Amino acid sequence: MAIFIDKDTRIIVQGFTGKIGTFHAQEMIDYGSNVVGGITPGKGGQTHLERPVFNTVKEAVEQAGAEASIVFVPPAYAADSIMEAAEAGIKFCVSITDGIPTQDMMKVKIFLSKFPKEKRMVLTGPNCAGTISPGKSMLGIMPGHIYMPGNVGIVGRSGTLGYEAADQMKRLGIGVSTSVGIGGDPINGSSHRDILEKFEQDPETKVVMMIGEIGGPQEVEAGMFAKEHMSKPVVAYIAGLTAPKGRRMGHAGAIISSSGESAAEKVEMLKELGVTIAPTPAAMGETVAKVLAKL
Amino acid sequence: MDIHEYQAKQLLSEYGVKIAAGGLAYSPEDAVQRSREIGGHVWVVKAQIHSGARGKAGGIKVCKTHDEISEAAEALLGKRLVTHQTGPAGKQCLRLYVEAGTDIAKELYFSLLIDRAQERIVMVGSAQGGMEIEELAENNPEAIKKIYIEPAVGLQDFQAREMAFALGLNADLVPQAVKLIQGCYRAMRDLDANMVEINPLVITGHDELIALDAKMGFDDNALFRRQKISELRDKTQEDPREMAAADRGLSYVGLDGDIGCMINGAGLAMATMDMIKLAGGEPANFLDVGGGASAERTEKAFRMVLADKNVKAMLVNIFAGINRCDWIAEGVVQAVQKIDMKVPLIVRLSGTNVEEGRKIIEDSGLPIITADTLAEAAEKAVQARNEVVAQAQG
Repeated sequence: MAIFIDKDTRIIVQGFTGKIGTFHAQEMIDYGSNVVGGITPGKGGQTHLERPVFNTVKEAVEQAGAEASIVFVPPAYAADSIMEAAEAGIKFCVSITDGIPTQDMMKVKIFLSKFPKEKRMVLTGPNCAGTISPGKSMLGIMPGHIYMPGNVGIVGRSGTLGYEAADQMKRLGIGVSTSVGIGGDPINGSSHRDILEKFEQDPETKVVMMIGEIGGPQEVEAGMFAKEHMSKPVVAYIAGLTAPKGRRMGHAGAIISSSGESAAEKVEMLKELGVTIAPTPAAMGETVAKVLAKL
Repeated sequence: MDIHEYQAKQLLSEYGVKIAAGGLAYSPEDAVQRSREIGGHVWVVKAQIHSGARGKAGGIKVCKTHDEISEAAEALLGKRLVTHQTGPAGKQCLRLYVEAGTDIAKELYFSLLIDRAQERIVMVGSAQGGMEIEELAENNPEAIKKIYIEPAVGLQDFQAREMAFALGLNADLVPQAVKLIQGCYRAMRDLDANMVEINPLVITGHDELIALDAKMGFDDNALFRRQKISELRDKTQEDPREMAAADRGLSYVGLDGDIGCMINGAGLAMATMDMIKLAGGEPANFLDVGGGASAERTEKAFRMVLADKNVKAMLVNIFAGINRCDWIAEGVVQAVQKIDMKVPLIVRLSGTNVEEGRKIIEDSGLPIITADTLAEAAEKAVQARNEVVAQAQG
């Protein structure tokens, strides 16, 4: 099962023939992802990486049965590409692009919300590492080999910190059902809560590891969802204990601008909501192991 | 990106927001000349720095004669003003804004912000102006009115009226308020601002609504399409180290500790800093070197970390994904050979080609301390730092 993608999911790459799109499309193909083509407006009809290039996402859906897409389009045009995918009937879209203007993302969110829920595309990112269902399919830019197939779902804002978590688990013999990057921007396609909801419905996932950080309300909202609607345990780590107020820590969204947004406050609130906290970033793997042992 | 008060006022006045007459001055002579152009009998000399709470820091002076203006300008120009927003180093005042004195009947608060939870622009107002909104939110949250704006249709007049009434304005002033609020909203939307704050918004003795102070912040991601806004950048107001890093495509934030850090990825960087703190140390900086950490980039990052004279040990933590540990190890070895490092260096590599990477570091013969895990890396860094401090103390 896993969530969002499995070995049959038909994937297209938006920004297929560019340097970055080409490199990562090849990595995904090598991993075993079912990449059925890509989009570069004006290059429709050509072949790239032995796969067809389309002018529009609509053509890729009609002619290649595309279901999922990954966006490598530059920031100025990325919002447009995401909306094109949603309109064409893509079900799951990962936006890797970093640097999309906030007001463009507000537009994207409104655009998506106009679709009835059953027809609405799920967007993850922007500014994320993508999604991987280990051993099945990779729709992202992560090093696929560090993930072992298994029963722990991972959701996080950061790429490399997510790798760190997967690596700690692998050292303990713990595998991953799906790992989902939601990105470091202030306004993103899916929240921690949205992803927890999917993991709760996935029979393969037994525990969820949530990797949060300073800034914004999403981790606590996810904690409230876990308390009220989840049967599966959630483990969390919140990065940014040493971050001073009002300073942006790399990610556009990693900034403490109001109360409740610091790491210490989020940890306190999550504890109260019954979420198990990994006390240090080095203890993510062992905390998950302890929770798994109790099941 | 932040801009100065006078720049925000110029932008907002183009959108119909009323401001007092004023002009920019770079010298006491300029300041006096501006006051003559403005006319009247009372003027305010305002230090232009990227911070709020300038009044408390002595950055705003009310003057009644040209001599007083000259003295105020003399005192402020070149001075570093320290507010709770600038940090202890303060910010240097190199520009003054001279404004006609305003006859204040009442002070109000008004702002537009991006609400992350609602994913919308929110309008925030209070009849109690002058105070900082954080203070007000803590002491008197009922006095704050919030109205959310639907992005698909934008701010509607009825919402602006609702805000005007919440600000306690009488009916005569409401049309002025609607014009001002709509102007601020259009400026925010058209210029890709992420905040517009007018604090205080004042009612004058002549029943006019005036933006007595104005603050605007802009979305860095949108500057590529806002040439006019990019040109308003004042580099003298930014931390020189952070600016130098940004110009090299690195993300750096200077902090007060003494363990320098170089990490790939913002989340892993924050987590590594957390681990240093939990091991009993304090990080000197946040530094994300990003995905493609080439040898050249690594050297730049090393120089940046070591430029901070407080640094007593340096920790490198790289999780190689698309990168490869052997490439990074070569970059580290080259950087150490080029730079005369005086502090201990701790390196933790993991991910793709980790064995090859470790071998390169061991074979280099350089005094690099290696670590296997995140916890071990932080502990070794704190230990090395403590040894340096103990030696210095004799």
